[in-house]
Amino acid sequence: MTLFEKSQPGCGNQLLASLDVPTVELESAFVRQSEWTLPAMAEADLSRHYTELAEKTHGVNNGFYPLGSCTMKYNPKINEALAALPGFTEIHPLQPLESVQGCLEVLYKAEQALCEITGMDAMSFQPAAGAHGEFTGLLLIKAYHQSRQDHKRTKILVPDSAHGTNPASASMAGFTIVNIPSNDEGCVDLEALRAAADEETAGLMLTNPNTVGLFDRNILEITKIVHEAGGLNYYDGANLNAIMGIVRPGEMGFDVIHLNLHKTFSTPHGGGGPGSGPVGCKDFLIPFLPNPHAVVLEEEYSWEESLHSIGRVRAFYGNFLVVVKALAYILTLGKEGIPEAAANAVLNANYMLTKLKDLYPPAYDGLCMHEFVLSLEKLKKEKGVSAMDIAKSLLDYGIHPPTMYFPLIVPEALMVEPTETESKQTLDEAVEAFRTIYATAISEPEQLHAAPQSTVIGRPDEVQAARSPIVRWRPEHQ
Amino acid sequence: MGSYISNTAQQRQAMLKTIGLTRLDELYADVPDSVRIQSGLKLKEGLGELEVSRQIRSMANKNVIYESCFRGAGAYRHYIPAAVKSIVSKEEFVTAYTPYQAEISQGILQSIFEYQTMIAELTGMDAANASVYDGATAAAEAVALCQERKKRVALISSCVHPQVIETIRTYCFGNGMEIRLIEEKEGVTDLEQLQEALGPEVACVLLQQPNFYGNLEDVAQIEPAIHAQQAKLIISCNPIALALMKAPGELKADIAVGEGQPLGLSLSFGGPYLGFMAVKEKLMRKLPGRIVGQTRDSQGRIAYVLTLQAREQHIRREKASSNICSNEAHCALTAAVYLAMMGKSGLQECAHQCHSKAAYLRKELEKIGYLPVHARPYFHEFVTSCPQDVQSVLQRLAQQGILGGLPISDNRILWCVTELISKEEMDRLITILKEGKA
Repeated sequence: MTLFEKSQPGCGNQLLASLDVPTVELESAFVRQSEWTLPAMAEADLSRHYTELAEKTHGVNNGFYPLGSCTMKYNPKINEALAALPGFTEIHPLQPLESVQGCLEVLYKAEQALCEITGMDAMSFQPAAGAHGEFTGLLLIKAYHQSRQDHKRTKILVPDSAHGTNPASASMAGFTIVNIPSNDEGCVDLEALRAAADEETAGLMLTNPNTVGLFDRNILEITKIVHEAGGLNYYDGANLNAIMGIVRPGEMGFDVIHLNLHKTFSTPHGGGGPGSGPVGCKDFLIPFLPNPHAVVLEEEYSWEESLHSIGRVRAFYGNFLVVVKALAYILTLGKEGIPEAAANAVLNANYMLTKLKDLYPPAYDGLCMHEFVLSLEKLKKEKGVSAMDIAKSLLDYGIHPPTMYFPLIVPEALMVEPTETESKQTLDEAVEAFRTIYATAISEPEQLHAAPQSTVIGRPDEVQAARSPIVRWRPEHQ
Repeated sequence: MGSYISNTAQQRQAMLKTIGLTRLDELYADVPDSVRIQSGLKLKEGLGELEVSRQIRSMANKNVIYESCFRGAGAYRHYIPAAVKSIVSKEEFVTAYTPYQAEISQGILQSIFEYQTMIAELTGMDAANASVYDGATAAAEAVALCQERKKRVALISSCVHPQVIETIRTYCFGNGMEIRLIEEKEGVTDLEQLQEALGPEVACVLLQQPNFYGNLEDVAQIEPAIHAQQAKLIISCNPIALALMKAPGELKADIAVGEGQPLGLSLSFGGPYLGFMAVKEKLMRKLPGRIVGQTRDSQGRIAYVLTLQAREQHIRREKASSNICSNEAHCALTAAVYLAMMGKSGLQECAHQCHSKAAYLRKELEKIGYLPVHARPYFHEFVTSCPQDVQSVLQRLAQQGILGGLPISDNRILWCVTELISKEEMDRLITILKEGKA
């Protein structure tokens, strides 16, 4: 039941102080006339309502969450506690500089650490999420070419295995998109790349490890091809968790990068956000970064503005509290902990893959990085059991399913990313669940079409939802 | 020190053996040796929780928390009921991802559905999305949504928050739309100039209500001319003011956007904040980002799902209505809990107190020579002159734990008063200003 049905007109909470100045009414021409409503609820009922909603929500603390490409690692509590300090939460974004030195120190130190990890020379925390970072990074590339009067570079090369945000961001930045096919090994087809890279190429967007969970061993050749054609290389940091502390994107030939602090650096996803998508770049792109940028001037932190900046990509300085959490995480892991987390993420993924691959064929052979992609094409053909059926069956085991039907180049794909914070026991239990489900798929495939059985709802009718959208509560829809 | 890994060294070794390897670094066989980090990251060694806590706390302690805050300009300190923070910090809400798997995400999905309903009610519009990054990006997305092949000009009022205008400029550097600024006249948008600027090439007009100077725009006067040119009207609004003020829907706006931070989110040095966005039904399928819809499950029970996904990047790729993927869901949840805690009468009371207190301060300031610059109706912000050097006035206030209004020129201050400010605090402000004058 929604808040609107639970609402009891006349109910409410005593929250504010009584007015201690004379009452003044808004000028009548501006006063609202139209009807509107909000739920009228006592605190006690409201509290229970949300407890009920929380019970119907699966978070990382509820169980295994191997959602590929999303890096659902554990979110340490100390990070939350530190981001909730009044010394951060009570700070107005337009306070005088001398009163926000601690905030700038957070931004500056996080920038230093993330530049060391990524091999970049500067970073802006203004982008609020990964896709926002992509958009920002692409505008840096656009501004760079324009600054050189190189106006014909209007194309961005995007592998067909890329995240959907890549082409969408490139399109928002005003580029046309050239799709680069993958080779049989799931990596960039070098010949296709060579053929596509030319004097109209503004840049290449690449995730490495890529979305099939493989480290593209031709990476130096790839970035070289793009550079030789006069383009720049953009690194989509969604998969950085596999390689942080092992190899720096900046040393693989990338010029600009975004990170997902809400993936790699352990900040929670909040049911869809807030994230933080800082954009880093090499020296020659620094003048184009969003304004303002935190710097140290004469032992004080200060804001610097560049005349060549692409401008702001949002108000103020980004999702600041998320940066506080990420900095706490980086300080905790430190120089050894960062590569250790990466290596264990890769270890956990390979362990699971090894124990599953006899039943669930991987899309590509060999060692994987932090995630792997299974293809259920054969099972679908032979038993009519789809990736969706397997995913929904996992729900009955208390496991959040892997990412389904992505990347698009793998038919009936399931993309599994266990992350480093899962124990061997959790992985073993998940493997057992996968194997039991497989056995059912062979013996009683129809049973899986009906999954899940134990959740608060069964499979929802998504077609109906999109055909006649109900996107707000109304009494007649109940 | 720690890296939050559960497995012991022995377990890791056993796992490696299962894979057929002996050392962790063998997992990275595909990484070219020439680029492998050889001598470790140049970072400090990892620290225990206590030490991390000390270091971050020392940074927090270098910031100044002002006892009284008379500064708004896009970020507002309001009272946040205790229940709001408690409810939204439930681990399930904090640690879930975007609710792709509806069967185990009904809680999050329903909370967003309820949020969308409240935003639609508040703005008087038909449909809201699940949020965008902040008020500035909401405005930029709204402008982008209006572009058509022959309509590529956006008319933006100069009375819109400057950082919102800058953000729109950046987005337009991407999408190629042209921005024409409409000048300010006596604290509001110059409607005559706006009228003249309207033409068939205009895709949309963006006004802010109340505007950056705190003044109310006469939207009703200009709305017919905007729609006569088939341009869309976008109103960026303060959500708390909507409890008193004519809603965008009432003003015949096509799109309502705004910064949702006043709805239960702390100032937090500018983020995370909440961009809200609501439209009339005919634009629903052009909205960017996530939208939650109501449907039924296989047994006919009410169910909530992410819907109209054909608009989105993971389906449409370069043809998507926006690239947005992660949004500000947890901030949207916070806003919903705040709105439900306050209720309609609570929000009205809050808005009413903001306005009455602002009126009180405006009058008191006027008495000591801080004269209102504009004679327009306003909500909870207004601009005054400053009879003395602005910076020294503000410094004097800062020494007394007061964050004064925002200096917007050498002799003008933009003040803000919310329900949190008591009469006593305002009287104290006046006393300090007066003392400085003597």
